[in-house]
This record gives sequence, structure tokens and C-alpha cells, in this order.
Amino acid sequence: MTGKTGKIISGLVLLAALLLLPHLLQYHHQDLLIFLTINVLVVASYRIVTLTGEWSLIHAVMMGVGGYTATLAFKQFELGMWFTLPLAGIVAAAIAALLCFPLFRMTQFYFLIGSFAAGEAIRLCWIQFVNPFGGTGGLSGVEPPLIGNIDFLEPVPYYYLTLVVVGMCLFILHRIEKSRIGLILHSVHWNSPLAESVGVDTWRYRALAFIIGSFFVGVAGGLKVHYLGTITPNQFGVGFMVFILIWVIVGGYNRFYGPVIGVVVLTLFDESIRSLEELRPAIYGAVLIASILFLPQGLESIPTRIRRLFSRKPENDSSPSNK
Amino acid sequence: MTARRVTSERVGDMTILKIDRVTKQFGGLTALDQVSFAVEAGEIRGLIGPNGAGKSTMFKNIAGFYAPTSGDILYQGQSICGQKPHSIAELGIVRTFQETTLFQELTVFENVLVGCHKRARSNLFNAIFRLDRERQQMAADKVVEVLEFMGLSDRREQLASELPLGSQRALAISVALASEPSLLLMDEPFAGMNPEETNHMMDLTRKVRESGITIVLVEHDMKAVMGLCNYLTVLNFGKLLAEGTPDEIRNNDRVIEAYLGGAK
Repeated sequence: MTGKTGKIISGLVLLAALLLLPHLLQYHHQDLLIFLTINVLVVASYRIVTLTGEWSLIHAVMMGVGGYTATLAFKQFELGMWFTLPLAGIVAAAIAALLCFPLFRMTQFYFLIGSFAAGEAIRLCWIQFVNPFGGTGGLSGVEPPLIGNIDFLEPVPYYYLTLVVVGMCLFILHRIEKSRIGLILHSVHWNSPLAESVGVDTWRYRALAFIIGSFFVGVAGGLKVHYLGTITPNQFGVGFMVFILIWVIVGGYNRFYGPVIGVVVLTLFDESIRSLEELRPAIYGAVLIASILFLPQGLESIPTRIRRLFSRKPENDSSPSNK
Repeated sequence: MTARRVTSERVGDMTILKIDRVTKQFGGLTALDQVSFAVEAGEIRGLIGPNGAGKSTMFKNIAGFYAPTSGDILYQGQSICGQKPHSIAELGIVRTFQETTLFQELTVFENVLVGCHKRARSNLFNAIFRLDRERQQMAADKVVEVLEFMGLSDRREQLASELPLGSQRALAISVALASEPSLLLMDEPFAGMNPEETNHMMDLTRKVRESGITIVLVEHDMKAVMGLCNYLTVLNFGKLLAEGTPDEIRNNDRVIEAYLGGAK
């Protein structure tokens, strides 16, 4: 019972901190906080794809699919954000479902390259088809919603809106992972022939994880474009994909909260080295290499390591199934 | 074949699995050449032969990991040729693997829970809104039952990778049993075991058969095979060499020659 109350208390503290946070920050940092919250959804949705053991390179592009969907729905059909956000997710999921057929004929390295190629093909469409995607310059003029007289153009209200949407999405993702489906996704990752031999259709579960991940990153794309107001193909290039990978790897991908820790810590880190503009790529590379060498389980494993240091009791921290 | 009907102590009278002139070629290599045999419901059938005889290839064909080049495989009278492994598993043919194949990173309980797939399958909607608690509870009960049956109850929260070899093998069988097979294919269940572990595993295998599951096993440990199986099928160079009871096979000149390379 004490463990449960402890959890509730720490949850409430976290919630209070998240609600207070924007009021303690300057305007520029409030902007950053919104993007960070959106990026939390990006990595959390990527995690469900990686659960099956397949690392795709199309996730950033899927975010763009959501972003462009929201943009076009807003501009062409004048739909409000309450419609564009789910639509962004649904279109991203639908495109993912179509891509499953070629992509999941491949595994591992071939899947990685295949997903990258498919993503680039989509991205190049945005550049080549100036109508309706606007070419290299992209599209602009997307606005956040108006509810009563709350202006969501301001960062603080939009931050709260983002927090609610991302919170709901994380809750659903967490539930999926802790359900039977999450267990099967793990089993497909760790031993897919064995999973198949007890009747698991591994192809279907790989596809399912990919479609779910794409849905939620599509929603994230919609959230981003409604705040930023503009969208360009280059926002979703391989550069952003590399950032997603670094966040997930540095944070650790054995537990649900690992990637979230990764994106939060590295974003704070990024802010702290803002003055060293030319060195940033090099520093990022060094951080990635260092974390693979010294923290192969990611930042999430630090508490376990410290605990083990004190108790000196061997404990397996590579368990993907935390209780 | 009449001799067999008298000599083998068979439980049922039904053919559960019929291998009909199965050939499997890999490029120019013929791994299986027109092999035919039938397995009766309720027996423990041994599939033996020297290395490279095609035993594992035969298993993979039955379980759907390979599709035969020609010939047919009938399960309870229905052709299962060319079906995917997961569909074949759903029909009731479940295999265990050579070596120890488990979800090493999951606990004993979770391993068996994955095995309950037929019973516990969930869809996205149910998973998110937790609408199938009853179904999941039934699966968890089945896991408890299987662990009890296999004598693994006291290890349920341990990681699979932490178990000793004998328990790992028992767990591998538990995973298979959880999927409620009627035909269990065991690929070298005794490999690498000491005599004590082998005896324990033999007891477990008999217990599984007594619960109504037909077993086909590939094995090199002749003592275990002779002690366990009602009837043996011998393959050599991809061809059917002999069939018979353990006693008949033990005294079959062609089998002795195949194993000892013609040294008299």
C-alpha cells in the first residue's frame, strides 16, 4: 500500500511541476517546452515500433505526414484542430498500413534501409508536388484553435493543450504496452520463431506496432504544425530522425520511460551548450558514443546501477518487463 | 505393417499425422526424398537417424517453417502443406526447438503466458480499455496450471535465463503446452542433459502423453529414445530407412549399418 501511495504522491508532484513550469520560464523557453512535450510523444511512439525489435527510419517522415495532413485539412477544408489532430493520426496510420506490405517482407538491416527509402520517397513527394504540398518552401498559415477568448497562439495555453493531448497519448501507449499486446510485441522481438510456433502471427504484430507508432507520431506532427504555423519537408529529414534515435538510445529503450528521459535530458543539455554552436554536432556524437560505451542500457538504468552499487546484490537490469 | 499393429502399444486408433511422399530440395541437394510415414494419435514416436538424415528438415516441414518441394502433409485428414507456422500452431501442431529456445528476457510466468496465445489473444480496443480481463485471467489460470503440471510453480517470477538447463527445457515444453497442442514435436529434448535430468525429462514427456497429447521427437540419445518411444521411424540420407518398435530397430541390420558405417 505504501508503494502505491508513494507513486500517487510522486505523480501529483510531477503533475504540479508540469503545470507550474511554464510560469517559471521566459518566452523563448516556453516555446522550447512545447516542442519538448511534442518530442516526448515522438519518442514514446517510436518506442512501440522498436518493441518488436525493428528500428525504422521512417518515423520522422510519419510525423510529417501527420503535419501535412493537419495543414491541408486546416487550409483546404477549414477543419478545426479537434478534427485535424485525429485525422493527422489516422492518415499517418493508413499510410503506415499500406507500407507494411513491402516493408515487413524485410527484417533488421534491410528493413532499416527499406524504411529509410520509403520515407525519403514520401518526403520527395512533398518537394516535387508543389500543389498541394508547397514544395521546398512548404506551407504556412496554420493556426491554433480559439476556445472562447483563450488565445492558443500564446505559448502557455498551447502548452497546456499539448500537455493534455500528449498525456492522453502516453496513457494509451502505456496501456498497450502493459497489455497482452505489449507482451506479444516483446516476444516477437526476443524470439520470433518461438512466438510463431505457439500461434503468434508475427507479421501482423510487427505491422500493428508500426501502425500504432505512426498514428501517435502523426498526432505529434499535427500538434507541432498548429503551433509553429508552418511546415516544410526539411523539418522531417534524416537529421531529425537521427535525433530521435539518439534520444531513444541515450535514454534507454528497455522501459517505457527511458526514451522520455532521453529526450528531456538531452534537450536540457542542448540548451546548456547553446553558446558552443559549432561544436554541437561533435558534442552530440561524443555523447552518443559515450552512452553506448558506458551506459548501454541508457540513462534509465542509472537508478538500478546505483541501487546495485549499494546493495551489492546481482540483479538483471536488462529486463524489458519492469513490474 | 500388420506386425506393427500387434507389437506397438498404441492408445488410439486414429492417424493424426500422415506424411505422404514428402520431398524437400534445397537447390541441388535433396534433403528429403519421397518420405512417407504416419503417426497414430496417442503415441510417442521417435524420429531418428544419423546426422544429416533430414530429421530436423522433416520437423520444419511439418511445422510450416519450410514448405515441401513435393508431397503432402495431412493433419487429422487435412492438408497443412504451405501453411504458415502460426496457422499450423493454431491447428494444434506445436514444436519445441533444438537447443533451448525461450524468451530469455521474460520471466517464467510471462514465457508461458505468451504460449497461451490461442486462449488469450487480445485486440487493440480491448487492450486499451481493458475489456477482456476475464479472458486474460483465464489465460493466467492456464499458466498456473501448466507450471504446476511441469513442476515449475516455485520459479514463476524468475527470469528464464536464470534457470538451470533442465528447468529451461521443462519451461520450453510448458510454453508449448500452454498453446494447447494435440501434436507436440520435440526437437532433441535430451541434448546436453545429464542422466538424472534425462530421466526427469522422460518422466515429464510420458506425463504429457498421458494428458492426451501425441508426441513426435527427434533425438540422438538412444537410451532415452528406446525407453520412451512406442515406435520408431529411421531416416538416412533423406530417405525412409526403417520403421518398427524399439526392439525391431535395435536388431535391424540396415539401421546398424547406417549408424556404424558398415563396420561389421
